[in-house]
Amino acid sequence: MAKLELRDVIKRFGDTTVCNGINLDVEEGQMVCLIGASGAGKSTLLRCINLLEPIDDGAILLDGEDISEPGLNPQAVRARIGMVFQSFNLFPHMTALENAMLAPRRVHGQTRTDLQPQVAALFARFGLADRMDNYPDQLSGGQQQRVAIVRALAMQPEVMLFDEITSALDPQLVGEVLDVLLMLKKQGMTMVLATHEMGFAREAADKVCFLKDGQIVEEGAPEQIFGAPQRAETRAFLARALK
Amino acid sequence: MVPTRRERYEARQRRRSLLIAATSTTVVLAAIMILVPMTPGWEKVQRSFFNGEVLAKSFPKLLEAFKINVMIFAWSAPAIAILGLLIALARDTKSPALFPLRIFGAAFTDVFRGVPVILTVYLIGFGIPGLGLPRPWNSPYIWGSLALILTYSAYVAEIFRSGIESVHHSQRSAALSLGLSERQVMRDVVLPQAIRNVVPSQMNMLIALQKDVSLLSFIGPVEIFRQAGVFKSLLANFTPYVGAAIIFLIVTIPATRYADYLMARQRRDRS
Repeated sequence: MAKLELRDVIKRFGDTTVCNGINLDVEEGQMVCLIGASGAGKSTLLRCINLLEPIDDGAILLDGEDISEPGLNPQAVRARIGMVFQSFNLFPHMTALENAMLAPRRVHGQTRTDLQPQVAALFARFGLADRMDNYPDQLSGGQQQRVAIVRALAMQPEVMLFDEITSALDPQLVGEVLDVLLMLKKQGMTMVLATHEMGFAREAADKVCFLKDGQIVEEGAPEQIFGAPQRAETRAFLARALK
Repeated sequence: MVPTRRERYEARQRRRSLLIAATSTTVVLAAIMILVPMTPGWEKVQRSFFNGEVLAKSFPKLLEAFKINVMIFAWSAPAIAILGLLIALARDTKSPALFPLRIFGAAFTDVFRGVPVILTVYLIGFGIPGLGLPRPWNSPYIWGSLALILTYSAYVAEIFRSGIESVHHSQRSAALSLGLSERQVMRDVVLPQAIRNVVPSQMNMLIALQKDVSLLSFIGPVEIFRQAGVFKSLLANFTPYVGAAIIFLIVTIPATRYADYLMARQRRDRS
């Protein structure tokens, strides 16, 4: 059984169908990259998995359990699935450390004193030990995004979703954030990324899915998608993206 | 270091604008000081509005009476902050069980923003003690303050609401994605930012409240405005009103300056 399964997921905004019957299996410890043009439905799909958007049809299974069931309490699910956004979305009125401790304190009822050592260890692991007491506006974009990753990891999630997390960064800061993803992969984190970093997807992903108009047009190992794409749409997209 | 040609030019420009500003200010002030005393009624106005003797006589008592204003302000302001925030939250609630609360919040803000403060003060300040309540429950201090609290809460609630809306929805998404409940998102993430965003606007409400406390004089309390009126009748002179105005300005000018400073700082932080 896959860690995360999407079954015929359909999501509409008004008359627009943003996800049009998406099927996807993500195995435990796998890194899956979603690629495709802006508006293909990558971000919406991630928001659906985290129940930030209710789906219109289909099912999303986590450990075989349907988490998209209407009426289910979404908080318990979101506590198990971490998400990182393109625009960081750190809480500007809290230090980096407070950002990371808020959810474990509120959701798991842990105390600051109990949390401090383990959260500080997370900051240290991602090279942010001396940045914990800074406010977000005192950090570079790359640092902010790494704090956002630490904040999500502090909840000890089983799956992590990354929504174009390097798109808002200066080119020279992209590397430090992608390095964090590689570290997480090494630790066996299950991850789904929406990304425009084709080079990274090619090197690091276990599976790459090409989305177009709300559908997965082609999926496979990165060597296959980038080396020998079967579908004309995939080839056309890659030709533009890799130019 | 020797100034560059550009620096010398800019220094010259600065001196020039300073000189022009000083000259034009002097001319305007001189014109006022020369022309106003030339008006036919000036001497009478000076005697009845700017009488040093009357001012010296009434000022200590006015200051004493101003303590009442400060007192009413001091207990009304926290009540307004709390009630205003509660109304704002009531109007924002999404739970269907709390729908009546939403309606109440909307009706409350509509009514109390729609009625002149002085009318509310009269209606509540005379109406409720008219029920024949025993002392101290018939005190105009209580019901007058309540009138101010209700009116100002309505405005303050709307400012809080605009603050809540000013927090970007991506902050909500991020907080929800961490597993926080709607209530926790509001309390820990949205409200702290919302309140910070509206501090300058709320400062202006406080300044307005400080002045409107004087409206209670119409239902009894001898605060500064009423006290000035007493002196006016006693001494047949308007100078006590000028004295009262001076006391208000001593408080409100620093407060408005501070509010402006906060607002300027906020604009700077955002850009």
